[in-house]
Amino acid sequence: MTSYEDFAGREILPLWEGPDPVNVPMIRHWAEAMGDRNPIYRDDAAARATGRPGIVAPASMMQAWTMRGYAATVEGPDAGARAGAAAGARELDGLLEKDGYTSVVATDSEFEFHRELVAGDRVSVREVVESISPEKSTALGTGRFVTTVRTYTDQDGEVVAVQRWRLLRFRPKEARAPRPRPAVNRDNAFWFEAAREHRLVIQRCAGCGTLRHPPGPCCPHCGSFDWDAAEASGRGQVYSFVVNHHPRHPAFEYPLIVAVVELDEGTRLVTNLVGVEPGEVEIGMPVVLDWLDADPDLSLPVFRPQSGIAA
Amino acid sequence: MNGRTYEEVATGEELPPLPIPLTRTLIVATAIASRDYQDVHHDPGLAVERGSTDIFMNILTTNGLVDRYVTEWAGPAAVVTAIRIRLGVPNYPGDTMTLTGTVTAKHDEDRRVEIAVRGENGLGAHVTGTVAVRLPAKDAT
Repeated sequence: MTSYEDFAGREILPLWEGPDPVNVPMIRHWAEAMGDRNPIYRDDAAARATGRPGIVAPASMMQAWTMRGYAATVEGPDAGARAGAAAGARELDGLLEKDGYTSVVATDSEFEFHRELVAGDRVSVREVVESISPEKSTALGTGRFVTTVRTYTDQDGEVVAVQRWRLLRFRPKEARAPRPRPAVNRDNAFWFEAAREHRLVIQRCAGCGTLRHPPGPCCPHCGSFDWDAAEASGRGQVYSFVVNHHPRHPAFEYPLIVAVVELDEGTRLVTNLVGVEPGEVEIGMPVVLDWLDADPDLSLPVFRPQSGIAA
Repeated sequence: MNGRTYEEVATGEELPPLPIPLTRTLIVATAIASRDYQDVHHDPGLAVERGSTDIFMNILTTNGLVDRYVTEWAGPAAVVTAIRIRLGVPNYPGDTMTLTGTVTAKHDEDRRVEIAVRGENGLGAHVTGTVAVRLPAKDAT
């Protein structure tokens, strides 16, 4: 299976020629929208007065000559002239989609221009992956930075510009799926209702006083159906844990640490560990209660390492 | 349009600030002029669905505005040799981005001047980066 690391050095866009030659009307539209009144973009004589052969295109317009424009929306990113040519891009998109990185935003562009473009130039571009970052948490969401190098060439194959280009491909925060609902019934509703109030309680037999979890109708020790609930201290230790990498559910952040925590009171519960790297978790590690407010209807107890304990 | 020669530019010189009102029309018009039809640059509903609070300016336009800012100061004889930018907070409609710049380096061998540029909007720094331009020699003008 292809992994992100395998993409370094891979071509995701083979040499592709922009649909239009460099031309004065498109330059004029660009300069008008940008509010750029530099005469070398609209007046041949003014451009010649600066030693140029005639009207030139703004340097920053380089990338625009190789944009597919509305066609990319209508036909899809790999259709038309690029069909069959962008296997690397499709493979990378597939990998990113699988991990839920549905959104994209450009973060960096570093252009080195080798010469100015003049009317009639044909610009082509080729794109190669430089690196793909590990998963990062950003203000926009969790994602990966994909850095590529785009090399722009003219009709003679001469390089006219080189651009290092970085996109953040990410899972938008707002799009996070709701956490799966716990199966609440008449026997355990009291426990989830207390959790909503940020109280961790333990069911206690009213007959023999034995604590039990998960909640149930009958004391496994004495058989009594009478019970009440005790407040837990919120202290415990890691009894066992696993790190969930796969399969992924869009409601969770990964890697996800699923632990059985033994409370000081003696009962154990299945929970998540937060504020700790998977590699730092140890059996017997002292932990303290924290609360996860997944959404307005669901709060759940989670645990973090007890402060002051070296991780 | 006044041009600058390489000799009359000094390291540390500050460019006059340029405020750019970020109208919705500017954001859409510049996206289309740069042939960028990504929905987040013109469709508010889809922009929100994709995790944004509104449509936002595309990076090609940020390049274009930074280019314009420096060449307006440098003059028509200037040749842009590099534009390196990093984006921070988005440019949303209704805000204003103010571009500022400072000459940070001069390279005598090819009369190249480097300008550090910064574009701030109401949310913070939208763009930070460097533009390099080659300027004419004094006797050439």
